[in-house]
Parts: sequence; structure tokens; C-alpha cells
Amino acid sequence: MKDSYLGQAWLVLSLALVFGAALAGVQAGLSGRIADNKLNETYDQIPYLLDLIDDDGNVTVEITVKIWRTPDDKLAYQAVDPNGQAVGWVIKGVGPGFQDRIELLIGLDPEAETITGLFVLDQKETPALGNRILEDWFREQFVGKDATKGVVVTRASPVAADNEVGAISGATISSLAVGDIVNAAVKDFRARKGDLELKD
Amino acid sequence: MANDGPAPLERFLNGILPENPVYRQLLGMCPTLAVTGNMKAAMTMSAAVMFVMICANLITSSIRHLLKPHLRILVFVLTIATFVTIADRVLAAYLYQMSKELGPYIPLIIVNCIIICRCEVCASRQGLGAAAFDAVGQSIGFALALASIATVREILGAGTWFGITLLSESWWPVWGIMVLPPGAFITLGFLLGGVNWLSMPRGKKSAGCGVR
Repeated sequence: MKDSYLGQAWLVLSLALVFGAALAGVQAGLSGRIADNKLNETYDQIPYLLDLIDDDGNVTVEITVKIWRTPDDKLAYQAVDPNGQAVGWVIKGVGPGFQDRIELLIGLDPEAETITGLFVLDQKETPALGNRILEDWFREQFVGKDATKGVVVTRASPVAADNEVGAISGATISSLAVGDIVNAAVKDFRARKGDLELKD
Repeated sequence: MANDGPAPLERFLNGILPENPVYRQLLGMCPTLAVTGNMKAAMTMSAAVMFVMICANLITSSIRHLLKPHLRILVFVLTIATFVTIADRVLAAYLYQMSKELGPYIPLIIVNCIIICRCEVCASRQGLGAAAFDAVGQSIGFALALASIATVREILGAGTWFGITLLSESWWPVWGIMVLPPGAFITLGFLLGGVNWLSMPRGKKSAGCGVR
């Protein structure tokens, strides 16, 4: 018994079980609160993503937010002005980055034809390289891009075509990942835009 | 493994300066350089490290008689990773913006050598009392080191301390470089040199390079 695998590894195995259970408990207890934090941040970012902030940092259009659900249970946030006119959409894009999952918020015009903003909700990319996807200059490149065609992330500098976005030097994979996540989320949303259901 | 080694109080005091993790052991350099741009981030990191170090030391010490020599590092890392994940989730739930600012550096506490070092050097050899005092002493030492670097960098780089304006921008040209990575290296170098110089025996301070 002493020399068998179990005899050697029982402590590691039982610790792994106990710790795993403890982490599951922590996750169950806190995940609601963490999700609320992300939702609040999403609400805070909507005016920026839809370009409703003037140079002095004031909101130019008071908006209310309607939450819609796609058939596959993804959420889309629609901003509506006081006259009931749609101002734009904010959708979430999630996908693998270089290190870990990247979560993005993407702002679109009311027809979902033009990208109006990009915000990084969550990322764990390499500090000083991949995490430069947080920087304004990189994110602002996506603004005004044609959502029907999608963006192309390129290492060429300066960028040649209208729908091209310059990659961060030293962080090509993170840059490409952001482009892919944006394209996939926008394409998916455009395909399902007709089947949205208002979430209660 | 017998309960030998320094007494709990000695362990505690050693952590603060004689065996300070940053200034004496030069461990945990990654968070030391990365999150000392301002005091709030540095103190949040220190608190997270203190929590993980105390928990990891207590668990390791209480199971020290069961540890197999060739599996001990695995057990240390498993224990540390669990408490780091708890700290990471708690920060994301209650200090969301700070959690975003610290980004990957909280998960990176898992590979912080200070904690593995304390498990190996102290907790796996000594009782709960010594392990607890050791963890508290070392983490206070770590917090003081981070605070010293963050104080210099935040005041010179942003004119503030804990977000409170100390140097008005009207007459203080902020040194932007101090909040950037080079500022971390410069500050650490000067402070490390200063600590070595101050702790050299009296009368030998002109003897050139301060290698201990």
C-alpha cells in the first residue's frame, strides 16, 4: 500500500477534492455579484460605446436601455432616446485571447451596420504587450468600420483599406483575437437581429 | 520533520527587515515592480498576498507530517492556487475596479516565490504558531517594501499619495516615467541601494559596493 500510487498520492487527491469543493462554494456564492458588477459596467459604458458623450464628458442624449435576448440566449442592449427612437446597440463578444478569455462590448448603430465603439470588459493578456488592447488608440480604430464587411487586423502600417485595423506590435495574436471576436459577435448578431425577444 | 527552527517571534521580526522578502531575499519581484505605480494597488496586492500566505502557511504546517518529499511542491502550489483563486473572486465581487486594474497580477500570486519559499522554509518544518507568525511577518515586510516603492512612484509620478493630491500640478511637473515600468526599476534600485547602505556596519560605509 505504501508504495502504490494511491499510497503516495492520497493526500494530493483528497486536498484537490476539498479545495475544489471550496472553490465551487466560493464561485456559487460570489458569481451573482460578479455578474452584477459586469452588468453595471456595461450600463456605464453604453453612452461611450454609442458615441453619446461630447468633448466635455457630458452625455448628449438621455437614453433608456432595453435588454433583448437572442434565440440562443445571448443578450443585446438597445439604447432608446426619450422619443422612443433607437440610438444603437451594444452587444457582447467573447472568445479566446492569447492568455485567457477576452470579453468585449461592441457598440453598433441602430441598423447594426457600423461599429460605433469597442470596450474591453475582461482580459488577462500579457502586461505591456497584449493588454495594450485596452488602449484608446487601438480600440478607436474600430470606430466607424463597416459592420457588414467585418474588420481585418493587419500588421501593415499604415493600414491600407477602409476596414483594416492596425495590430499592436508585439501582440499580434491578441490583436487578431480582438478582430475575430468582434467579427464573430457582429456577424452572429446581424444574423439573429430579426428574432430578438424583449427580456422581461 | 521536527519542530525546529527560529521561534515564532523571531520568525515574525525576521520577515520585517532582516529577511525582508523584497529588500533582502529579492523574491516576488514581479508584483513589486508591476503594481507599485500607486499606493491603492500596492496595498490591495499586499493584502491579497497576506491572506494567501497566512492560509497557505497554516494549511501546510498542519499537514506537514503527511507530506511526501517528492510531492511537497505540488501540495504547496495546490494550496496556494486555491487561496489565490478565492482572493481573486472576492476582489472581483467587492473591489471590481481594483480587480480590473490589477488584472493578471492577482492570479500570478500563485507563482509568487515568497509564498512557496515560506511553505518550504518554515511552514513545512515548524508548528502552526511559527508558521502563522512567519506569514504575518513576511507579508508585513512585503507590504512595507511595496509601500516604500509605491510612495516614491506615486508622489513623484502623479503628485498624489493614496489618491490625495500632495504636489499641485501648478508647480510640480509630474515625472510621468515614475508610474511607467522604468520608474519601477529606478526606484527599486535606489531604495535597494539605500537599504543596503544604511544596514552596512558603521565605519565601513565608504568601502565601495554594498554587497552583503
